[in-house]
This record gives sequence, C-alpha cells and structure tokens, in this order.
Amino acid sequence: MSAPRRIVTPMRSVRGLGAARSGTRDFWRQRVTSVAGIPLTIAFMVIVIALMGRGHAAVAQILGSPLVAVVMLLFIANTAYHMWIGMQEIILDYVHDDRLKLPSLMANTFFVFAVAFASAFAVLKLSFGV
Amino acid sequence: MAEREAHTIDGTSRPLSPHLQIYRPTLTMTMSIAHRLTGAALYFGMLLVAWWLIAVAAGPNAYAGLAWFMGSLLGRLILFGYTWALIHHLLGGIRHLIWDTLHGLEPVERERLAAATLIGSIGLTIAVWGIGYLVMGGSR
Repeated sequence: MSAPRRIVTPMRSVRGLGAARSGTRDFWRQRVTSVAGIPLTIAFMVIVIALMGRGHAAVAQILGSPLVAVVMLLFIANTAYHMWIGMQEIILDYVHDDRLKLPSLMANTFFVFAVAFASAFAVLKLSFGV
Repeated sequence: MAEREAHTIDGTSRPLSPHLQIYRPTLTMTMSIAHRLTGAALYFGMLLVAWWLIAVAAGPNAYAGLAWFMGSLLGRLILFGYTWALIHHLLGGIRHLIWDTLHGLEPVERERLAAATLIGSIGLTIAVWGIGYLVMGGSR
C-alpha cells in the first residue's frame, strides 16, 4: 500500500477560490485601488474643472506639466486596474455560459488595456511635447 | 421564471441560487445596485476621458470638435450624468470601505450611510457644476 500523495483534501484545496479561480487577490486589490482612487479621483475632477472653458494651447500646456501629468497617469493606471477587476466581477456574476464568459473576460482585458494605453500615451505626448 | 443554470465548457450544469427578484427592495439594496450600475457606466465613461486626452494631444482641430460636442446639450447631459456617476461611485466606495472595517453595519447606521451616499452625490454634483460654471465664467 502506497502512502497518500497529499494530506490536503480536494475540497480544502479549492474552497474559497471562487468563480474567478484566484481567491481573495482581486478582492484585496479592488480595496487598494479604491483607497488610492479617492484622492486621485478628487484630483482628476479638480483638473477637469480647472481646464473647463480654456483654449487648446492652455489645456495642452497644463495637462503636459509634470505634476498634472503624473497625477493623470496615476489616475489612469489606478482606474484601469479598478475597472478591470470590477467588470470581471460583473461578468462572473451574470455570465454563466463559458462560451460567452471567456470571450467577455478577454474583451474586458482588451478594452481596459486599449483605453488605458491610449489615455496614458496622450498624456505622455503632451508631457514630452512632440 | 425558469430554473437558471450555469453551463461550463465541459458540458456539466450547476444550479444557481435565486437572485434579486426574490428579495423585498430596500434602500441599501438599491444603493448596492446603483454602485454597480455607476461602476459599469464609468467603465465606458473612461472612453470619454481617453477621447478628451487624445483630442488635446492630437491638436487644436480635434480639440475643437470635442469642445463643441461637450458644449452641446447632449454633451452637457452626458457630462452631468458622468459627474454624478463618478461622485456616487466614489461615495459608495467610501461607504463600502467603512463597512469593510465592520463599522456602520447596524440597521439604522447602514440606512443612514446609504441615504447619505445618495443625498451627498446629488448635492456634490450640483456643487461641482456650480463651481465649474464659476471657473468657466472667470477665466474663459
């Protein structure tokens, strides 16, 4: 008779991992990005209000200035991660057919990367003034 | 309603627990749904942010097109809705963070927090637009 390969039962090894198959990692990171999102979102709104009604040259110059650009880049990156987890959670809650669920999760990733890279590229272009 | 089932790619099916339709609507439940809906709306709202930044980076002509649309009635409605969704999701998020610390979960407290989220988001949205118009009027 051979010794058991593992002491952990199959139930123990999957309990708590949930529909995302990745445990509480996303839960925690959603909290981290939501805490970071409080000051960043307020800063984003202040920036938008400050730029309202200004001409193109002024808006381009202010968005490209180092402090504003860094805050905008942090806002974009933080929001991108937060919305990626959030939409994944929505998909996992309502889409139960793998044939639709897996493409939806992929589309979520593609959308978030596209929007985040486009936004970040625009800010960097304004910063480096090309 | 027909029995709902989850279909996995290997062909097996699992039953799903009943959802919103079996519960009596409450304020906290409505605010929970609002939090998710505003989150989903803001997800697509990031397209507006991307459009704005790219238009500025692309040059005066692209920016003029964006400025024209945002200044139109439809544009202003979308921006007003975006502002409310952002502030509502922000306040709802703070409420969830408070709940994560196991505070504010008693019946009266959680109702008050839910009401504060709604009243606060509407009040702050109007305040932000008031400030916005003041800023615009001052430095156009």
